[in-house]
Amino acid sequence: MTRLTLSKALNEGLRKALENDPKVLIMGEDVGKLGGVFRVTDGLQKDFGEARVVDTPLAESGIVGTAIGLALRGYRPVCEIQFDGFVFPAFDQITTQLAKMRYRSRGQLSLPVVIRIPCGGGIGAVEHHSESPEALFTHTPGLRVVACGDPADAYAMIQLSVISDDPVIFFEPKRRYWDRAEVDTSGGLAAALPLDRARVVVSGTDATVLCYGPMVKTCAAAAAAAEQEGRSLEVIDLRSLSPLDTDTIFESVRRTGRCVVAHEAPVTGGLGAEIAARITEECFYQLEAPVLRVGAFSTPYPPSKLEEHYLPDLDRVLDAVDRTFGY
Amino acid sequence: MTVKDAGRAASADSFRGGPPPESAEFIQLLTPEGERVEHPDYPLDISAEQVRALYRDLVLVRRIDFEAIALQRQGELGIWASLLGQEAAQVGSGQALEPNDMAFPTYREHGVAWCRGLDPVKLLELFRGVSHGGWDPREYNFHLYTIVIGSQTLHATGYAMGIQRDGAVGEDGEAVIAYFGDGATSQGDVNEAFIWASVTNAPVVFFCQNNQWAISEPLERQSRVPLYRRAQGFGFPGVRVDGNDVLACLAVTRKAMQAAREGQGPTLIEAFTYRMGAHTTTDDPTRYRLAAELETWKLKDPIERVKAYLVRTESADEKFFTALEAEAAELGTRIRKACQEMPDPSPLSIFDNVYAGPNALLESERDEYAAYLETFEEAVR
Repeated sequence: MTRLTLSKALNEGLRKALENDPKVLIMGEDVGKLGGVFRVTDGLQKDFGEARVVDTPLAESGIVGTAIGLALRGYRPVCEIQFDGFVFPAFDQITTQLAKMRYRSRGQLSLPVVIRIPCGGGIGAVEHHSESPEALFTHTPGLRVVACGDPADAYAMIQLSVISDDPVIFFEPKRRYWDRAEVDTSGGLAAALPLDRARVVVSGTDATVLCYGPMVKTCAAAAAAAEQEGRSLEVIDLRSLSPLDTDTIFESVRRTGRCVVAHEAPVTGGLGAEIAARITEECFYQLEAPVLRVGAFSTPYPPSKLEEHYLPDLDRVLDAVDRTFGY
Repeated sequence: MTVKDAGRAASADSFRGGPPPESAEFIQLLTPEGERVEHPDYPLDISAEQVRALYRDLVLVRRIDFEAIALQRQGELGIWASLLGQEAAQVGSGQALEPNDMAFPTYREHGVAWCRGLDPVKLLELFRGVSHGGWDPREYNFHLYTIVIGSQTLHATGYAMGIQRDGAVGEDGEAVIAYFGDGATSQGDVNEAFIWASVTNAPVVFFCQNNQWAISEPLERQSRVPLYRRAQGFGFPGVRVDGNDVLACLAVTRKAMQAAREGQGPTLIEAFTYRMGAHTTTDDPTRYRLAAELETWKLKDPIERVKAYLVRTESADEKFFTALEAEAAELGTRIRKACQEMPDPSPLSIFDNVYAGPNALLESERDEYAAYLETFEEAVR
């Protein structure tokens, strides 16, 4: 076991992936000598060469489009999109090509491409550097969409994503990049929780809080605060946003009868809406209250001086939990 | 294979894998040593007073940049994108514009903003996180900063197409200038802008500041040919100018803008310059480039050469330089104070300006959030 930041854990995971399979490539803007603007690929070009860790031209559609071509030729590209708000030039390639090639080819073609996207706010950045566009991708059949929440999970999840035969959109919570935790880098992936499974972070009995990415830490802290007030929250890190691990979700909600879904993305049309609908359909008779959602307002991401109001925090999570007890 | 075909193949092969774009041939009117040189295509009749005015712009713009970097270091700004080294490209091109011309900047065009009369404090708002860009573009004919790389080149082209439809092309017509960098030339949007501008013969000038670096990536990662040569393939002229020569940038941009105004269509200007600082204050260029490179470029400093010219030709005296220094210090103090005193926006302003009119969903979210904030105030009481 070793204490690593989330950024370093991803770096170690990518290193393992590059070592394990010569077909694995890393490509993106500034991923080489600089090691990425968040240093996730630090040192990898030095150790694996410029043919495997590629500083690409500044063109996101090109990054994903050529990754698709490389995948068709048998490679496993891991693309880095520098910031969430810059993924959109590649949106066409992702939604019309990457997501649909297996279906179009009647299963004959696989595109094992990973697209890493630093996401979310809280770092005082300018426009387009703090967004949470996951719902745009979970709405696109054919993509696996995952979000890591802590270093140990990040280390395993990035490797599981690389070996996935489906394209994976991999969200990394940028305000958690420098959080440290114990990571076991010695073993293989055999003991790792599968990529499509959710994980109970805090066990509890009174209400279920569903979250992912940057909100996992917030919700775990909310559970600790609630415990002081004698309320037992179960916090589940969804990890996989598409497909959803509904078994784990439903089991918990049936037990607690109350559920809050928290994400940084706007509530309107967000992933929380899909989850709330599924829970309502499957757990209706066990619910003591409607599933409540905590997230951003239905506005663009504001200037950073206002982001503490825009981002759901511990208080807003607890406020929603309180409200579920008002029914 | 015919002899002719063989020749073609050979030339294609020699092109492939050939050397990276060589530095250097460009339009220059003022050498790094401050000597005035002539170029037959770009005669520039400029008075001592006008050169002094350009020098003043350069010095003040550098001062704004210096102050903003310091403000970021002190936690007053979230981030700053420095223009250090690119002052001549921005002031030269910015002062080539007529009041009715429209400019579409990236997020680094602080020098152009200055030329358009925008108070630098407005720029600080964006980098402090107080607004996304709070000026009225129509007031200055200077569009909002665009952060997504290259998007604004298409906006500039579309705006120019509007000028055509308004019948505002002609000798006293209007034209548009689109700013972008060397990295942006890889983006699809920029290439599409070239195509649109070409086929519509739009009155737009593409002003590329090739500062040699897209964050950590040198120009070789974006292009195997000098950037100005790309224009030919799209069907309009391309020209390379010494981007550290304010006189050349002024003359070349003025000519291209006039051609656009008169209906001769687009021009690509590659201003060959250097990003002397980091990409932004969060970047660390020592990780990817050698200090020696910076030293070489310091010898081509865009401001020093103008000063050398003014001194050599006795176009400015000590009094001028001293007064300018005082003016720069005063400007620095003013923007520093204004930045520190800038109020935070009110929390409920998050809900403003999402749509043209009232929106029921946003109104209910605003009311709910106002009530939620109230509960904290009650708790404090």
